[in-house]
Amino acid sequence: MSFINYSSREINCKLVYYGPGLCGKTTNLQYIYEKTNPDAKGKMISLATETERTLFFDFLPLSLGEIRGFKTRFHLYTVPGQVFYEASRRLILKSVDGVVFVADSQEARFEANIESLEDLRGNLVEAGYNVDKMPFVIQYNKRDMPNVMPVEDLRRELNPNNVPDFEAIAVKGDGVFETLKAVAKLVLTELKGQKKG
Amino acid sequence: MEMLFEEEQRKIQTISDRLQRDSNSIAVLVINKDGQEIARSGQTKDLDITSLSSLFAGNVAATSAIAKLLKEEEFGGQFHEGTKYNVNISVVAKRAILAVLFDSNSSIGLVRLRVRRASEEMAKVFEELVNKIQQQQKGSGGGHGPNIAGEITDDDIDKLFGE
Repeated sequence: MSFINYSSREINCKLVYYGPGLCGKTTNLQYIYEKTNPDAKGKMISLATETERTLFFDFLPLSLGEIRGFKTRFHLYTVPGQVFYEASRRLILKSVDGVVFVADSQEARFEANIESLEDLRGNLVEAGYNVDKMPFVIQYNKRDMPNVMPVEDLRRELNPNNVPDFEAIAVKGDGVFETLKAVAKLVLTELKGQKKG
Repeated sequence: MEMLFEEEQRKIQTISDRLQRDSNSIAVLVINKDGQEIARSGQTKDLDITSLSSLFAGNVAATSAIAKLLKEEEFGGQFHEGTKYNVNISVVAKRAILAVLFDSNSSIGLVRLRVRRASEEMAKVFEELVNKIQQQQKGSGGGHGPNIAGEITDDDIDKLFGE
């Protein structure tokens, strides 16, 4: 839920990167962190296992600039992708303003993408969101890997509502900021549309 | 969307400042349950407030989920004991998180005593805030508080992204 603080003149929004295990959610945040000016970012926090798998979440606070004298601050979170962290994913989705679904383009991960997307939809519905109307973008990651599915096939299966989607190689940064910008813009447009409370 | 107006922020700040003094603590943080800062008091210069707020919120959310799984309504609070810092975390009126950082100059007993009083006072302010937001939603607020969301234009958003 966006939080407008009239005292500190800030608009705060929450973005969540969702997707199957090892699809590149943390890599997206790491790239954003590396390429953002120090004055526009806070510390990146990763609650991970010893083998660097996300255990609870990654967190990265970003400032995007000002709108009408209000600082716009985005809190970026990732969820743990592994199936058994279901309860943690539900907690992190709470009060989300915009979602990025990071799909793994490799053929072998197609079923995992579908399963994660269904899990996302279920959790959003449970949290009271209208999944088809909320700010939502899809990223087809790992386009540089062998045995990737054609984007048209991924789009047909994962993006029937035709939300903004992007090809990406997050490890090199390709498509990372395009994805972030698209979802941030959708969130602010949605906020503008809400107008009141 | 959730909102915080200057008037209520000032009131929360005053309660937070007093809590920090009366409990003889190092610092007090008041954050909402999503991890956004509402007020801070005491020695906070060297603290990474944004990160702490997010982690306190994640911690409270996880603890609350554990309580539900155990069929407990809510755990009363949390206490972490360190060598330099001790931290007492509690939830105020189901809306906000109150974190008190203290050292050996205070004690958990004193902190909890002062937190109880401050929580009651803060709960009243949050109630006022909720009423104000509801009035604004109904459009019956008669100019209660500003409304930045209603003023944002497509142009503003395009400019933010350099388009």
